[in-house]
Amino acid sequence: MAAHLSYGRVNLNILREAARKELREFLDKCAGSKAIVWDEYLTGPFGLIAQYSLLKEHEVEKMFTLKSGRLPSADVKNIIFFVRPRLELMDIIADNIFSEGKLHSSRDFHILFVPRRSMLCEQRLKEQGVLASFTNIDEYILDLIPYDGDLLSMEYESAFRECYLENDLTSLYHTAKGLMTLQALYGTIPQIFGKGDCARHVANMMLRMKREFAGTQNQILPVFDTLLLLDRNIDLLTPLATQLTYEGLIDEIYGITNGYVKLPPEKFAQKKQGEASKDLPTEPKKLQLNSAEELYAEIRDKNFNAVGAALSKKAKIISAAFEERHNAKTVGEIKQFVSQLPHMQAARSSLANHTSIAELIKDITSKFVLQLLCLSALVLPTSNFPVSASEAFFDNLTVEQEFMTGVDTDKANTYIEDSIAQKDPLIKILRLVCMQSVCNNGLKQKVLDHYKREILQTYGFEHILTLNNLEKAGLLKLQSSSRNNHPTIRKTLKLWMEDANEQNPNDISYVYSGYAPLSVRLTQVLARPGWRSIEEVLKMLPGPHFEERQQLPSGLHKKRQQGENRTTLVFFLGGVTYAEIAALRFLSQMEDSGMEYVIATTKLINGTTWIKSLMDRPEAQMP
Amino acid sequence: MAFITANWNPMGDAFYRKTELYQMSWNIRDGLGDSLVAAAPYGGPVALLREPHRRSPSSRPQLEIYSASGASITSFPWKSGPVVHLGWSVSDELLCVQEDGTVLIYDLFGSFKRHFSMGQEVVQSQVFEAKVFHSPYGTGIAILTGSSHFTLATNIEDLKLRRLPEVPGLQGKPSCWVVLTQDRQTKVLLSTGPELFVLDNTSCTAVCPPGLSPQAGSIVHMSVSFSYKYLALFTDTGHLWTGLSNLQDKLSGVDTNQKETPKQMVWCRRPKTQQPSVVLMWDRLLLVVGVCNDTIQFPLEDQSVLVGELDGVRIISLTSQELLQEVPLVCQDIFKIASMAPGALLLEAHREYEKCSQKADEYLREIKEQNVLGDAVQQCVEAAGHEYDTDTQKALMRAASFGKCFLTEFGPDPFVTTCRELRVLNAVRETSVGMPLTHTQFKQMTLQVLIDRLVYRQFYPLAIEICRYLKIPDYQGVSRVLKHWASCKVQQKDLSDEAIARAVCLKVGDSPGVSYSHIAAKAYECGRTELAIKLLDFEARSGEQVPLLLKMKRSQLALGKAVESGDTDLVYTVVTYLKNEMNRGDFFMTLRNQPVALSLYRQFCKLQEQETLKDLYNQDDDHQELANYYIMASYREKRLESRLSHLQSAIDEYNKAKNDFAVKATEDEMRLLRFQRKLDDEKGAGLLGLSLQGTMEALMSLGLHKQAEQLYRDFKVPDKRYWWLKLKSLAEKEEWEELEKFSKSKKSPIGYLAFVEICMKNNNRYEAKKYVCKVTPEQKVKAHLAVGDLEGAADTAIERRNESELGAVLSRCSASDHLLVDRLNRARVNSSKK
Repeated sequence: MAAHLSYGRVNLNILREAARKELREFLDKCAGSKAIVWDEYLTGPFGLIAQYSLLKEHEVEKMFTLKSGRLPSADVKNIIFFVRPRLELMDIIADNIFSEGKLHSSRDFHILFVPRRSMLCEQRLKEQGVLASFTNIDEYILDLIPYDGDLLSMEYESAFRECYLENDLTSLYHTAKGLMTLQALYGTIPQIFGKGDCARHVANMMLRMKREFAGTQNQILPVFDTLLLLDRNIDLLTPLATQLTYEGLIDEIYGITNGYVKLPPEKFAQKKQGEASKDLPTEPKKLQLNSAEELYAEIRDKNFNAVGAALSKKAKIISAAFEERHNAKTVGEIKQFVSQLPHMQAARSSLANHTSIAELIKDITSKFVLQLLCLSALVLPTSNFPVSASEAFFDNLTVEQEFMTGVDTDKANTYIEDSIAQKDPLIKILRLVCMQSVCNNGLKQKVLDHYKREILQTYGFEHILTLNNLEKAGLLKLQSSSRNNHPTIRKTLKLWMEDANEQNPNDISYVYSGYAPLSVRLTQVLARPGWRSIEEVLKMLPGPHFEERQQLPSGLHKKRQQGENRTTLVFFLGGVTYAEIAALRFLSQMEDSGMEYVIATTKLINGTTWIKSLMDRPEAQMP
Repeated sequence: MAFITANWNPMGDAFYRKTELYQMSWNIRDGLGDSLVAAAPYGGPVALLREPHRRSPSSRPQLEIYSASGASITSFPWKSGPVVHLGWSVSDELLCVQEDGTVLIYDLFGSFKRHFSMGQEVVQSQVFEAKVFHSPYGTGIAILTGSSHFTLATNIEDLKLRRLPEVPGLQGKPSCWVVLTQDRQTKVLLSTGPELFVLDNTSCTAVCPPGLSPQAGSIVHMSVSFSYKYLALFTDTGHLWTGLSNLQDKLSGVDTNQKETPKQMVWCRRPKTQQPSVVLMWDRLLLVVGVCNDTIQFPLEDQSVLVGELDGVRIISLTSQELLQEVPLVCQDIFKIASMAPGALLLEAHREYEKCSQKADEYLREIKEQNVLGDAVQQCVEAAGHEYDTDTQKALMRAASFGKCFLTEFGPDPFVTTCRELRVLNAVRETSVGMPLTHTQFKQMTLQVLIDRLVYRQFYPLAIEICRYLKIPDYQGVSRVLKHWASCKVQQKDLSDEAIARAVCLKVGDSPGVSYSHIAAKAYECGRTELAIKLLDFEARSGEQVPLLLKMKRSQLALGKAVESGDTDLVYTVVTYLKNEMNRGDFFMTLRNQPVALSLYRQFCKLQEQETLKDLYNQDDDHQELANYYIMASYREKRLESRLSHLQSAIDEYNKAKNDFAVKATEDEMRLLRFQRKLDDEKGAGLLGLSLQGTMEALMSLGLHKQAEQLYRDFKVPDKRYWWLKLKSLAEKEEWEELEKFSKSKKSPIGYLAFVEICMKNNNRYEAKKYVCKVTPEQKVKAHLAVGDLEGAADTAIERRNESELGAVLSRCSASDHLLVDRLNRARVNSSKK
């Protein structure tokens, strides 16, 4: 079921299994039938660890969502609350227990804190007078959740906001703890590199924790050679840009949550003859996206412009495979053909799904596709795409690319002004304005105030708080007297590649059709030739850069085979985009890189979800 | 060496030997007769309580503790009640069972640790007899009360008293009784003379040992083996019955011809025993009775105590201590006179070799011919382990090493391990340490326990030496020793805090697994708070430091440590604690010095205590945040006036923060709100809360163009945006004439393509076309395409010779437009040529 986790260089299934084991142990602690009351936020991440079937095997009969008032009735022995350690949730639980009253005095209550129990919360329960009602109070340490064969996420949505706006470094503590767990399972990571204040903080905590655990020396041969900790705020630009890989675009347009995407159902309607357009399904189509699906694994990281070709090639292969049946003459051959059928059918339905998704995306981006196809002088299929949507996408992209290449970044941009006038979604505006600010190392007072005024006048005064947050996070800023060093960074790190080849990429810049994500470039340089070559640029980016070594017990030093790749765990503190992941995967696959990457992050983000997490929206109480 | 078999006594086809372990270094004048004696197995310590029944308060009985070699460890007058029984726990604690059922626990050095009671009823009825026993569950105690009841506790660490059922017809004491552990159950076996009973949790069953004839008389003494597997019964006729303790089988029955009840009776067996026996002791006689009916007699010179061991019996007398055991088979093989066992030959070969005699070769050949050199080496190694005398050990090991030279495939492990273990054993057997452990006992008790026992005796340097020598991982070895050492060190009253802290830090350093907080807690327990704080400083785990610091009321320090740990929950915990403990002013000041704690507390307040949040910002003069706070608060207000007053406060704060933009923006907002309220009152427009743009939009759709224009001017709305708004509004309402008028009012700041597109969006191609000609050349192709005029678009594109525009037009052509396609392609070729 989670086999795809074990395909990668590092078998992440070990981590998943460890998490499952712990869950089972807790469930078995509460003997008898159970109902789980869920902190809704947790259901997604938990889905990656255990399906309902596992819970059911351990006598979980009912599941509810945590909300105030009486618990729904359920004839069970145990009520278990699965919650994050948050005070407001404690109040709800207390309320639940009070309303339960003495009706079911025979029931046992339990709390499972995820990812860590908190004295503060227990204190609150005590104040509410319900602490004694709990038979078990436990913690379920779920820091890093295996997301895919090479991807771990903490699914900690507010990490960036907490770290950079509120100076609340809780997420970093969990990060360090998570990395310790990881090292307990995969061996001590001998080398730690990092860039940024948060990275420094995490590394410090790790070293400290190592000291705390000293003596329980871990005798596992290290799987990871290097850990690279990167602050999101050293590269604010990348998440703001529109991702142009297949997976990135799905996320940009429809949003991927916990490995699932919900899509408009029209294109997935079963086309049966006769009743073509009668009952279109109205429920959104929910699809799971991960490398367990062979086709998806193949195309997810391609630039969207290369997806069409890949899909049609795949279509040919599959239909050829189906054609094979005509060649099957002997009973043996037929038998062999039949045995392959389930696989082929799965491949066919997978192909159908992705063709539909690609079409959906194309409707929105086609101008972009068209533009590029024109350049390569290909003959176009004619279709009636809605001009406005695709045009908006294209214009938006053009502006982004202008900013990234440093064209006119110090003037108010007409496209942004027009978009505001059109009352385009605020987040789109914020993404663009922030991008301009980042690419220009801050905006001139006049330009900044102009944008801010435009936004407040158009979208409402309440957004003054959001703007304030963006300024605090450094996404928007006033140009200081020092010169704009962004062009230097861009040139030194080759962040803009004119001749990005989208079909057969030779550089990571393909993921943004020209822009090479800074974070990934730093990772690439670290592997070869090393950061010493870019000291100057590193100094321009915020926060310290550092290197730490962790002593390995003798005998655990790896004897490397000739040509064996090294493995680096890249941890993005504050979020990572699918395009960055794609770029790292591309580096892993490059023949001469000698390095494979496993990616970990606090949360998978895109510009929209990221900016959203930084917004403050007071709700007016006035009638 | 030739005399090695001198102290061997045959017993059936095996031998028994008595080896002297120590000349006792104690000096006991009055003998052991009048004392309560407890000697722990595995070479454990010996406790003596002299004259326990003397009750005059003027001369209190003396409690003395010795090592097994007789070195005095401690001695103190017994001040508590009369003691019935002494015994040792598995962790070397002395258990003193008093008459009133209280059990007092002392450590090896005579410091009192704790006490517990064996039940209330005992206070009345008193304890008649008590026994301390060991089982897989730990150390247990069984007592017999004055009312002839048995009460058991199987584990003193987890005290659960169990009163056993009554024994029918039992008055006073039974003639003898023992505690048995069988089938995971603890039982009492007792004899009332003629009858034998088994008492378990629920019942009392009369039993009859198989093959014990009624003529044998009544049972006056009984003994179970070390493993609880075998039982020996002694009757008043001098008959000794041995069998399995489950009374299923008899081993033997022997008449000892001794009518007197022996003082002590102990099983003497060893693992893989050939000839087990029972050792009986009378005043002047030690009798070893084999199950094979053979006996050996030893005269006794003075009063002694027998200590049953896993593989023999220790005999402690006033002057010496001896080990009586069956000679292990491998030693028999090697040392038996005229033995031809491979080991014996190898030993002989080596002996000749040392003498530089060629006979060595002959012996070796003989062994090799039989192809048993491997066995020979193994035998020597094994036998060395069983020998107590170091010269014998050496001789055997040298022989083994010699033999090994002629072997090609022989794993070095057994040899090396035995060497190492013997060194350790010899070290602890030293009189100064006094732990006469045999190799078998050592293997059974494990190295871990040995180190623990050394630590209990405070032989720290030796313990560490052993850990290092045997390369035990620090965590299980050295660190554990150091931890214990440090806990002991902090209790030394004659040293200053400074000196102790320094000494501890110097020794313990960064040793993995040593918890400084554990040591500090110990210091705090002894009332040395300052020392505890000093020690806590060395603790790496803040999680451990913080609770103790709070307990010691060092909350500021606790806060610092919590922050350092990065564990925010810990910080919150301390902050909550501080909040309750301090007055508000001090609390805020404390937080101010800890920015991390302060921001966490702010977070807390944001969710829980908005008012406090304001105070916090106020205190920090954080005007920007304070202003934001007011803005946030303004949205919670239901009435416009209060909302405005909050906004006014925000303006004041923004002013202080020198945030001109925000001041202006907030003022604008207030102005807008007032304007909206006015219009709402006048026209019921429902504007309140809309953005400026939203307000203008609403006004336009209500046809209130004048008011919209007023806002546009008052708020300096950029032309472009206003044009867009008006354009859209007019188009949506399909006021095409107005739109045209508007387009001509002045030069459009947004160009004319917008006009084209907006008309198309509202499905008015006719109107749209009006504006195509006004569009700038760059956008003209787009405009033509927008209205669906392919020809026009093509003409413009060709005229402009712009390749991408040509492409764009081409892409919109369908197959039926082939004429156009040709033209475009030609133009394209031309333009690319150019």
